[in-house]
Amino acid sequence: MFDLGGRNALVTGASGGIGGAIAEALHGAGATVALSGTREAPLAELAEKLGERAHVVPANLSDADAVAALPKAAAEAMGSVDILVNNAGITRDNLFMRMSDDEWAQVLEVNLTSVFRLSRAVLRGMMKARWGRIINITSVVGTTGNPGQGNYAAAKAGLVGMSKSLAYEVASRGITVNCVAPGFIATAMTDKLSDEQKGKILAQIPAGAMGRPADIAAAVAYLASPDAGYVTGATLHVNGGMAMI
Amino acid sequence: MSDIADRVKKIVVEHLGVEEDKVVDSASFIDDLGADSLDTVELVMAFEEEFGIEIPDDAAETIQTVGDAVTFIKGAV
Repeated sequence: MFDLGGRNALVTGASGGIGGAIAEALHGAGATVALSGTREAPLAELAEKLGERAHVVPANLSDADAVAALPKAAAEAMGSVDILVNNAGITRDNLFMRMSDDEWAQVLEVNLTSVFRLSRAVLRGMMKARWGRIINITSVVGTTGNPGQGNYAAAKAGLVGMSKSLAYEVASRGITVNCVAPGFIATAMTDKLSDEQKGKILAQIPAGAMGRPADIAAAVAYLASPDAGYVTGATLHVNGGMAMI
Repeated sequence: MSDIADRVKKIVVEHLGVEEDKVVDSASFIDDLGADSLDTVELVMAFEEEFGIEIPDDAAETIQTVGDAVTFIKGAV
């Protein structure tokens, strides 16, 4: 649908359901992809499935040194990073009153601070190329809030403000910065929910179904494409109408 | 050493799209040559590449004019 031929994309969290689908969609549109994640085996499996134009660059984003090394490894493997998809994220859910400093800090470190560091590192090449795409995967809960996810919602909402600020700074250089905010997406994690739990979730979604990873990937492919060059600082909500914001 | 000054001026002319005769030592990137703050970051990046040096952020902040850049680079190469 969108042509990403000749573009090089780094996708974090590519070992997960949504990240894997994003990498597949970008690759399918012609991009070379660098797959990052903490677990190397699923990344290697995905790279093999994709075939040519796929590289594996494992990194633990809770480790600042690994975050610093990742953009360099990706650029070495592909030649440049033209598209950065910050998809990796962790949860450490707990009721606010029970949440530890550590649970708070871990989620902010991986879901917000690593995105700042990775984005800062890839900007130099994008500025020189006068072209770049940074796409941050946020969440509907960054806008609506969610009990038990004070840390996660704070990080996701933080990404939105950060993305808009950066979008201002680099718009004149042909670089766009946008967010994609998934609602409930069917992944290995949601498969574990009981039918009753699923029923409660579905009752909140006008579309009557959970989203698929491919629904998120399609939104990312659009924002990564030259066709979306005039879209920046935006959040594209992909949630089946669950929150019309 | 004048070679360094020439190379600096060439980068400034190319990057900011200004007339060569305006790029004098006393010219301020922002006040005289129309650069914005992001242009100055890009100029520093270009100097780093051209001369194979690292310009730390605190030093970059002191480089306000063409002459500042030439002086810093002469001391760094």
